[in-house]
Amino acid sequence: MPDRAIGRALPRDASRRLVAGGGRFLDDHAERGELHAAFLRSPLPHARFTLHTDAAAALPGVAAVLTARDLAAVCRPWRTVSKGFPGLVSPEQAPLADGRASWQGEPVAMVLAASRAIAEDAAEAIDAAWEELPAVTDVQAALAPGAPPVHPGLEGNRAWGTTIRHGDPDAAFAAAALVVEERLVFTRHTGVPLEPRGALALWEKGTGALTIRLSHQMPHQMRLHLAEQLGLPVNRVRVVAADVGGGFGIKMHVYQDEMAVAAASRLLARPVRWVADRLESMLADIHAREHVVTARLAVDAEGHMLGFDVQDLQGLGAVSVYPRSSTVEAMSLLRTLGAPYRFAHARARIDSVLQNKVPTGQYRAVGAPIGCAVTERLIEKAAAARGEDALAFRARNLLRAEEMPLVNGFGAALHGLHHHAALEKARALMDLPALRAEIAAGRAAGRLLGLGLAVTVEFTASGPAIYGGAGVPVAATDTVVATLEPTGEVSAQASITEIGQGITQGLAQVLADAVGVPAGAVRVEAGDTAAAPHGGGAWASRGAAIGGEAAWGAGRALRAQLLDAAGALLQAEPGTLDISDGAILDAAGTPRMTLAELGRLMLFRGHELPRGVTPSLSAAFHYRREGDATLANNGVHAALVELDGGSGLVRVLRYWMVGDCGRVLNPLLVDGQYRGGIATGIGEALLEACRYDADSGQFLSGTLADYLLPMATDIPDITLGHVETPYPRSAVGAKGAGESGTCGAPAAILNAVNDALAAAGGGAVTELPIQPVAVLRALGRLA
Amino acid sequence: MTPARFAYARPATLDAALDMLAREEEATPLAGGQSLVPMMAMRVARPALLVDLNALPGLDAIEATPGVLRIGALARHAAVLDHELVAAEAPLLALALREVAHPAIRNRGTLGGSLCLADPAAELPACMVALDATLVLASAARGERRVAARDFFAGLYATARRADELLLRAEIPRAPGWSPWFEEVARRRGDYAIAGLAVMARREAGRIAALRLAFCGVEAAPRRLPEVEAAVIEGRDAAALLPGLLAPLGSAEAPAAYRLHLAQLLLRRATEHAHAAA
Repeated sequence: MPDRAIGRALPRDASRRLVAGGGRFLDDHAERGELHAAFLRSPLPHARFTLHTDAAAALPGVAAVLTARDLAAVCRPWRTVSKGFPGLVSPEQAPLADGRASWQGEPVAMVLAASRAIAEDAAEAIDAAWEELPAVTDVQAALAPGAPPVHPGLEGNRAWGTTIRHGDPDAAFAAAALVVEERLVFTRHTGVPLEPRGALALWEKGTGALTIRLSHQMPHQMRLHLAEQLGLPVNRVRVVAADVGGGFGIKMHVYQDEMAVAAASRLLARPVRWVADRLESMLADIHAREHVVTARLAVDAEGHMLGFDVQDLQGLGAVSVYPRSSTVEAMSLLRTLGAPYRFAHARARIDSVLQNKVPTGQYRAVGAPIGCAVTERLIEKAAAARGEDALAFRARNLLRAEEMPLVNGFGAALHGLHHHAALEKARALMDLPALRAEIAAGRAAGRLLGLGLAVTVEFTASGPAIYGGAGVPVAATDTVVATLEPTGEVSAQASITEIGQGITQGLAQVLADAVGVPAGAVRVEAGDTAAAPHGGGAWASRGAAIGGEAAWGAGRALRAQLLDAAGALLQAEPGTLDISDGAILDAAGTPRMTLAELGRLMLFRGHELPRGVTPSLSAAFHYRREGDATLANNGVHAALVELDGGSGLVRVLRYWMVGDCGRVLNPLLVDGQYRGGIATGIGEALLEACRYDADSGQFLSGTLADYLLPMATDIPDITLGHVETPYPRSAVGAKGAGESGTCGAPAAILNAVNDALAAAGGGAVTELPIQPVAVLRALGRLA
Repeated sequence: MTPARFAYARPATLDAALDMLAREEEATPLAGGQSLVPMMAMRVARPALLVDLNALPGLDAIEATPGVLRIGALARHAAVLDHELVAAEAPLLALALREVAHPAIRNRGTLGGSLCLADPAAELPACMVALDATLVLASAARGERRVAARDFFAGLYATARRADELLLRAEIPRAPGWSPWFEEVARRRGDYAIAGLAVMARREAGRIAALRLAFCGVEAAPRRLPEVEAAVIEGRDAAALLPGLLAPLGSAEAPAAYRLHLAQLLLRRATEHAHAAA
């Protein structure tokens, strides 16, 4: 019996090609006769404008200068609407702003020219008259009485709000032996994939068909939106997302500039290419995670958590992102709040606020890092107030596996979580007694060391009920089509997309086991809507949990077809046959023919098959999970940090994470995702911030010299551990892993920094990222 | 992020380069390009003519005369960092260059480029002031001109170099008995300094006899601070003088009060080191 492929640390099939520079990203493709696009973007957060484009259009090499009205002829506007967010205020969007820009960086005109350089020259040559309008960028100022409206005619800047109440929070807080409160401020981040967004559109005049390459996480979704906005039959639109250099949620939305490229190609009947440069990416990619959260936790005399009371103010930007709505982040925050723990009472107020800023959207781990940070900070405060070890406090309050399934007060559906096992594993990995001794010795020597913990729950692999129920056309089901080649290999097309995370390798391993071939004999491709079947693409850490099931189903269906054919040929009952290592085995386990022989016979020598037997070389499987709306996973994070009491800089010395993502398809892929996710969280905790000038509303973090990403020297050694609890109601049993590292790292580091500050007799930091200035202020060393 | 239109020339001789600078008012010399090229890509810099200096012979020489160490303007950071003469005669530069960006940038970036750009956060301008270096400039019209480093740096990205001049080299006095100290604070390894301090001190008979210092990253341009130097020598609280003397820059990630705090921190560390070593 050969080794199973699932669970093996096989290197990715694509690694050699990508590492050797053989990747073919959007910018590596070209179309003959293509025009290069550049956008004129609003330099102001809010302004009326008039444009005179004659001089720009007259420059040599310029084919066209387009404004909102030009593109309106071929592209309909869109507006974010969701039954999940009734009453959401989000204005209509079109590819280009028409006479008024509502955020700095919004595209207002588009130049098409023989080269990008000429297009940029012409964009500069557009004579634009800007009339600055009052702008509001601060989330609290936006809600203040008399605040300037983000869009004219708005009565207020609240886009959406909701109140949630469960149990009897008033009584719980009144009766509590202890109530702790914290106000935490979270600054905007953005995703910064290595490959920027871009589009290369080819309009076929004769057929009225559009082929467009996008650097995107969900080609099928974009196909639908492109068809709808451009008024085309869906089957006349082909979206190709080939190699994609990272997504992180940045590439799952409908953007004005990308839609403008498609519309311009149609309008001019010419191929049009546009690749965002880094300045455009920083300015016009979605941002995320702008929240001010005020939260209280009630605890009884025995140290049991009673309930939470939370107010969240979320900054949305100028519109709610299309099609999913930016408000999803606030709901994700709420669902993760307190989610690892037992509590009976809950109250929450969410206000999502419009601002004259680039829209926010779903970014790696969505609201979970904030929900986790708020929860874990409150827990540290409660344990400190009780004078007990925060680990003991957590152990007392963490839900036990046998208490689930349950739906908690914030509506989170919890099932199959093993917090106590993960906590035990983390303690062992950390060698906690030795670590604590080391910290004590360091502190005695004057070092500002801190240890921080966080327990996570993350809701992955969303099922159809969530967006389906909200009336938003987002696919949560996926399909794999598996084909036996006449040479015995298996090829497959998946609707899950490959964005650098390596999921096609994971799916190949699933297919290998499902069919009975070596993993090296399977090749999975994705990303081209002309070849790949319908499905959701890459979001919500769904590749293994949903795509894996589709791959398993397709592999098993193909196996059954092949056994039927083999049974007919070998005059054996198919049920007595098996496929292993690429060969058909009989009941005695004796190889009778290879899949290559079978495949050649099926394809080229069909006349040898018995009458009535017409087996297919291909099998499709469409997976739809019933029941659980999401697959919750869990983890334990710990960070050891050192503060520099002089400069206020924070260094993460060591990091530990134990995760349970169900069945691990390939530990190399999962560990890579965990580590990368932790790096994202370290950036979030210590470095990354999209800042705006308080007076002018100007964006201040527009280059990578201003927006500080963590670099290799900022990432410590990371020790990983796994608890593997397969999801029982699926064949493969995987849950999501791609965002878990990000969920817990900000909380663990926040707690670690505050642990170091407390040990030094300092105050606390309550704003992410933790700036050195804040550390010094907490230490009383800077006014 | 493509540059505005520009003309490009790659002169083979210094005279030809100086002629180009004299004829074309909007000419900009290109050395290593590690700052200029990104600035052009962002259209912050828009030279009409780019005069590429990389074909000029001998402009990257590092050599010692009896009195001075000469470092050619085209010497790459990596070459300066690794040079034996620099280690022997101006080790302050080696200390500071370790903090300058990353190896790939140091392989292309040049001494002259850094000095003439005069980024307020750059390490080398502060080092030149602390080293009491002389900068030698040349123009077609006026020949060579010598400017003390302390008079060269005039403000944010502003120097005494005139538009028709090229920086040829820095001349650093060979100073036996002087020892260097350099430290800086940056958010990430290799980032521009939020604050840095370059110090040269000479000790005699167990005490500090002379001292020169200059900050980088703190003010618009590096400068000597005689009152502060005197206070360090005399063992008074020099850091307490800084709030009254410095005009720190402020930014989104590093407000002025933070830069002042770091300047004081670095000065205290440097003072402690100077006295301990003395």
